[in-house]
Amino acid sequence: MNSIVAYIPFLPLIGFVINGLFGKQMSKSMVGIIGSGTLLVSFILSVLCFNQVAASGPIEYTLYNFFSVDTLSIDFGFLVDQLSVWMMLIVTGVGFLIHVYSIGYMHDDEGFYKFFAYLNLFIFSMLLLVMGNNFLMLFFGWEGVGLCSYLLIGFWYSNREFGKAARKAFIMNRVGDLGLLLGIFLIFKIFGSLNYTAVFGALSTVRVEPAVITTICILLFIGAMGKSAQIPLYTWLPDAMAGPTPVSALIHAATMVTAGVYLIARCNPVYSLSPDAMEFVALIGLVTSIFAAIIGLRQNDIKKVLAYSTVSQLGLMFLALGMGAYATAIFHVTTHAFFKALLFLAAGSVIHGMGGEQDIRKMGGLRKAMPVTFWVFLIGTFAISGFPFLSGFFSKDEIFAFTYAHAGWLWWGLGVIGGLLTAIYMSRLLFVTFFGSFRGTTEQEHHLHESPAVMTVPLIILAVLSVVGGLLNTPHFLHLGNEQWLANWFSQIIPISEIHLDAATEWQLMSITTLLALAIIIGAYFIYQKKSNLPLADESVKGITKLIANKFYVDELYDWLFVKPLAWLSKIFYYFVDIQGIDGIVNAIGSGIRRLGAGFRKWQNGNVEYYLLSMVAGIVIVLLTIIFR
Amino acid sequence: MSLIFILIPLVVSVLLLFSKATASRQIALVAAIANLIPTIYCLGCDYSRGMNCTFDVPWVDSAGISFSLGMDGITMVMLLLTNLVAPLIILSSWSRKFENESRYYGLVLLMLSALNGVFLAQDGLLFYVFYEMALIPIYFICAIWGGQDRIRVTLKFFVYTFIGSLFMLLSLLYLYLNTQAPVAGALAEAGAQHSFAWADLLKVQLSPEVATWVMLGFMLAFVVKMPVFPFHTWQPDTYVVAPTGGTMLLSGIMLKMGTYGAIRWMMPLAPEGAHTLIPVFMVLAIIGIVYASIIAVKQSDLKRLIAYSSIAHVGLIAAGIFAWNKTGLQGSIIQMLNHGINVVGLFFIVDIIESRMETRSLSELGGIAKSAPKFATLFMVIMLGSVAVPLTNGFPGEFLLLNGVWNYNYWMGAIAGLTIIFGAVYMLRAYGLVAFGETNEQTAQFKDVDTREMLILGTIAILVLVLGFFPGLILNISDASVNQIMSSVPW
Repeated sequence: MNSIVAYIPFLPLIGFVINGLFGKQMSKSMVGIIGSGTLLVSFILSVLCFNQVAASGPIEYTLYNFFSVDTLSIDFGFLVDQLSVWMMLIVTGVGFLIHVYSIGYMHDDEGFYKFFAYLNLFIFSMLLLVMGNNFLMLFFGWEGVGLCSYLLIGFWYSNREFGKAARKAFIMNRVGDLGLLLGIFLIFKIFGSLNYTAVFGALSTVRVEPAVITTICILLFIGAMGKSAQIPLYTWLPDAMAGPTPVSALIHAATMVTAGVYLIARCNPVYSLSPDAMEFVALIGLVTSIFAAIIGLRQNDIKKVLAYSTVSQLGLMFLALGMGAYATAIFHVTTHAFFKALLFLAAGSVIHGMGGEQDIRKMGGLRKAMPVTFWVFLIGTFAISGFPFLSGFFSKDEIFAFTYAHAGWLWWGLGVIGGLLTAIYMSRLLFVTFFGSFRGTTEQEHHLHESPAVMTVPLIILAVLSVVGGLLNTPHFLHLGNEQWLANWFSQIIPISEIHLDAATEWQLMSITTLLALAIIIGAYFIYQKKSNLPLADESVKGITKLIANKFYVDELYDWLFVKPLAWLSKIFYYFVDIQGIDGIVNAIGSGIRRLGAGFRKWQNGNVEYYLLSMVAGIVIVLLTIIFR
Repeated sequence: MSLIFILIPLVVSVLLLFSKATASRQIALVAAIANLIPTIYCLGCDYSRGMNCTFDVPWVDSAGISFSLGMDGITMVMLLLTNLVAPLIILSSWSRKFENESRYYGLVLLMLSALNGVFLAQDGLLFYVFYEMALIPIYFICAIWGGQDRIRVTLKFFVYTFIGSLFMLLSLLYLYLNTQAPVAGALAEAGAQHSFAWADLLKVQLSPEVATWVMLGFMLAFVVKMPVFPFHTWQPDTYVVAPTGGTMLLSGIMLKMGTYGAIRWMMPLAPEGAHTLIPVFMVLAIIGIVYASIIAVKQSDLKRLIAYSSIAHVGLIAAGIFAWNKTGLQGSIIQMLNHGINVVGLFFIVDIIESRMETRSLSELGGIAKSAPKFATLFMVIMLGSVAVPLTNGFPGEFLLLNGVWNYNYWMGAIAGLTIIFGAVYMLRAYGLVAFGETNEQTAQFKDVDTREMLILGTIAILVLVLGFFPGLILNISDASVNQIMSSVPW
């Protein structure tokens, strides 16, 4: 039974190999069936694993020994416990829906088979990441998903800009990876193992300096910053929208970018020992959440808005982690996977219907032509904004409640601002896109259509999940039943942390955020009904709005700080230091020796007296050295 | 048994050099494959108990010099590298028309013979002889069949590396003169006063001051050969000028003479000098990693870019050796193999591009993924190996090396770790400029790989993945031998 664990990641790998090698010769439906079919089987096997974990606890399974260098022994091994099986369900479940959707979305693309091959490779890597039983396995998956992200962002490789975005994503991720790698080195140094069970088990027996623990946590978090797009390593994610929209949904919203959250939740025994690191994580999360949400207010590309929204939501998850609410963070990962995948896929449906257009200023009134897409987008927007009893309402409320209980009203207030900004930009997006009148070309208006069932059915399923997903983990004070189910499910791995607030306070907090969110949605509806309030053309944007629309010029700043100096240094090193400096010295020595040789040659001029003279001089020198020694 | 590795290529090489054989490339390929067979056979040997397949006959017995060969796990990996890559190198220049073709292949085989000798030699003088012997064929290969400006560049390369090795000879001689007279065996009967045998050289105790000089002699020979910053300036020019086969021999195998020599000869024979010298060269190696990577970032010539990337990679291998701990050493050994495989692949990629486009300039390329998808995919796999993505062959070595350096000094490890960022920067840039973007008039005509090219690149791509998934296959071979060589060094 345990060996079925290995099939879960390797089935998508087999899909990758088949589609990658033979996909070109196969029919598109065959490619789609292999691509999503392998994943469906993985999903079913994950459900079986879930049942077994529920019944008899975690499953460990080792495939082979990857390498052993003295005590550094790394197994290609899996650990399926409550946390990883949960992530597996999200990855394979949401992943399967997105694969099915892609059959429709990518149907006319000549790289159809390649797309499915890459998607399957991604799922393989992501499953290694969450299923590995040690930090190196995590690192395999970690870099693997980065690679697939690179391949898929640059999927339409003829476009040089897309290629640049892909490269930026990979390189920025690698900056984080270096932190993670050094963190792994330190973990091995301190605990003598990279195996999760061994490392976390040793925490109680090995005495470790608090500073070392904090260093480990910070280094791992640097990795998480890269993968989960937190300040200062977030600028790759909005650019990653260059990839096909299903990629944005799968990789850049639902799964890969949450790997950082998974990492910290997995390492919660270590983080809990370092309040400093926790505070740092919370702070970065909070700042990122607000900062990205502000940028999201002034974006006009439908996918860019969602991208900044993702960065902002990830910030909230890190805020939760920093507050010690690990299970809550994973809860938000789950609901976010539902509604953000939904939003991206719905946006993809819009783009599909609009014939590739992504600028919301050229949309408007789409609710008539694309009713299904409209309704699911509406559900997604309400879910992410915290509309009562939809999934985002529960997970966000829990984050805020923890923040209030743990850090007081200031942190809570700032967190809520981040959350409410979400409601603003999301309802702006909803109303500008789907309400009012159509602002595109007549040709586009003619082309406008609802997407086929292969795309809308996954949308509807995700919409249902976005509605009910919150019931996985309801708070005690609402008495809805199923209270704290998910937190209890994780309790073996993540100790349950109670919110020490009385029900009245919780009611008050929830009411404030909910009422504000509702007010915002209603307000936005009235604001964006008026034509004069529609987003302006780029050139007429001025002042602070322009600053926000240009993303605070962070890309330009990084360009100026890192990219340009590197290019400059490269040329200086090459032309001046290397060719003229070092090689110049080498050549000078070389020609010096040659000149010396030429000098010696002059001495060999056939003049016997000259030889005699030098011989005598030599003897004199030798004698003198012997005498005066 | 050991002698076979030297004899087969030597005999065939003499045959090719002195007769104008018509089917010289076929003969050379057969000879190279003939060498691969005993290599694969030897993979199954047990290397946990010291030297295998020893071959030891007195050579100049009264002077204590013997023709002594042997192989342990470390040697085995090096032989695997040499004899695995050799057929690919020969096959890679298959379609090129050489003047005096039999001479070219004769020299390649002569080189192989010498390289195998370097890795097998258990006698100091024999090691030196093979070490210099390897220089001669590669010198002629580059000087006769190289590109523009080959005479000047090749002479510089020759003189530079030759002077480096002379310092090694001095160190070897000094050690030799301090050895005890052999007490038993043929050398003792002949009345030898000293011995060049590795085991005897090892016994020589040096004072730290003297040892520093002795180590420096070895060090100069090896850091020039690898090369380590700032002794590297011969390398980019030579790699660029040499014919592709020559570049592959140089970068794939020959530079490993330096890294191997450091493990087998330098560190064990003069460890007392390490305290003063190693920190200096450690810093140089680390500077070299960052420095060469940064230069590679803006290179416009693909071949030169890979040459600089090779300096960065070898710098890390050198740093891992200097750190002299288990992970660093194991990392360096597996990386010598994998770097050899990948760099041969990359230079073959360059060769294919150059032969089709008559340019290596990145600005004139682009869009090749569209016109030649198979080529682009194989290039991608090899590139990923070079960038050390996990589950490719570049990763285990890089991981272990960085860990080794990090164990030596945290900050050095962190700085060396920048290689994972810079490596991605320059390789992805190069790949993007070659394969992505719109095609231009020339690249639109780019022919996809033919059967021979597929065979070479496909083999390399398979090795990239197999050795990436199962690095234990290689690490297990050298494990015990690394323990032995580490325990022979008082540290």
